[in-house]
Amino acid sequence: MKISYYPGCTLKSSAKNFEDSTLFSLQQLGVEVEELPRWNCCGTVFSLATDDLFHHVAPIRNLLRAKEQNSGELMTLCSMCYNTLKRANERVKRDPESLDKINKFMDNERIDYEGDVRVVHLLELLRDDMNFDMLRQHVVKPLRNLRVASYYGCLLVRPRGIGLDDAENPTVLENCVSAIGAEPVDFPYKNECCAAYQTVDKPDIVADRAFQILTSAQSLGADVVVVSCPLCAFNLDHRQKETIRKYPEFKHIPILYFTQLLALALGSSEKELRLDLHYADPKPLLSERGLI
Amino acid sequence: MKIDLSQKKVKDAFVEKVQEISGQNLMACYQCGKCSAGCPAVGQMDILPNQIIRLAQLGLKDRLLESGAIWICESCMMCNTRCPKGIDIAEVIETLRLILLRKRIDHVQIENLTEEERSTVPAIALVSNFRKFTS
Repeated sequence: MKISYYPGCTLKSSAKNFEDSTLFSLQQLGVEVEELPRWNCCGTVFSLATDDLFHHVAPIRNLLRAKEQNSGELMTLCSMCYNTLKRANERVKRDPESLDKINKFMDNERIDYEGDVRVVHLLELLRDDMNFDMLRQHVVKPLRNLRVASYYGCLLVRPRGIGLDDAENPTVLENCVSAIGAEPVDFPYKNECCAAYQTVDKPDIVADRAFQILTSAQSLGADVVVVSCPLCAFNLDHRQKETIRKYPEFKHIPILYFTQLLALALGSSEKELRLDLHYADPKPLLSERGLI
Repeated sequence: MKIDLSQKKVKDAFVEKVQEISGQNLMACYQCGKCSAGCPAVGQMDILPNQIIRLAQLGLKDRLLESGAIWICESCMMCNTRCPKGIDIAEVIETLRLILLRKRIDHVQIENLTEEERSTVPAIALVSNFRKFTS
């Protein structure tokens, strides 16, 4: 199996741990990954205004790159990229007139985009194209005795029709966690937003939200929280610094990309995990459980 | 607080403009409050999502454009998911921000961010923040 891959802005920098662990895992699973040549930032957020076509050019241009690669599918890892690419795609598929305008705007491109590339998230690839039973068979180190809370946030599951699972009670991450031998911990804040980009100018709101979300997961026995978005990861992990300043009773908890646990279960060394990029250090927990 | 209601305001071009840019029918709202009940950000909002819709129906432009709430919303889409009338509330709130941003009234002044702030947050945070809060 071969798939086109769109990394997006943050996977090459602060979320290198997300990218490296994914590429290792897919290699172990026999999936050949081909990174899009000349990809550009998707804009991170889908424009919600009916009269704003301009901001759909960036995501559509990436879909055109996939088409140039003769690929009918484009895989993303980041929840925000997934949401933006998929919504822009659905928007132009529904509205041929706006697709025509966008194509005319991109008149430096050799070919037109025709709405014919499917945007898939890695979780969909694992769940639908592969399935979790098959994934289970590839596990070389089951993550026994590790209690994992899955945090979806907003854009992986909303809005309905775009999200990859039930908007109110998604289970795909828990099923993935079970397949690699860990114990999923359900918690009520799993799809409550982490305050997203407020982290730039209103980090105080993020500290409140991280406190609510993480203490809820901890109270239900989670050892670690997994995410699939570099912005969630920053807010829940790096903003623990601000969280503990505001709430001295708060106790640190490691935040990992689900792909880091996947890579561990598929036999990765510490190198692919890039644990140096974390704020709340996952090493003591992982070594205590005999996982690294 | 005194609220000045009038037919003139309800029929004002502002109401029409909000409906057009957002693509939403404001008049469908019957104030059940589910949007505000599910919103994770109401704790910091001066007016709640259901109140935003009510003020928009009534054409109370100044109250809306002066509110802090429109800059607290993080477009997490919880309200849209729960609205029983199918109104996309986040689209309405985005429209209110855009009415200001399109006049170059920015919420975040990029030049005021410190070097430390700019270097600690990841690219994904900066791009999304500037997309939502600057013109």
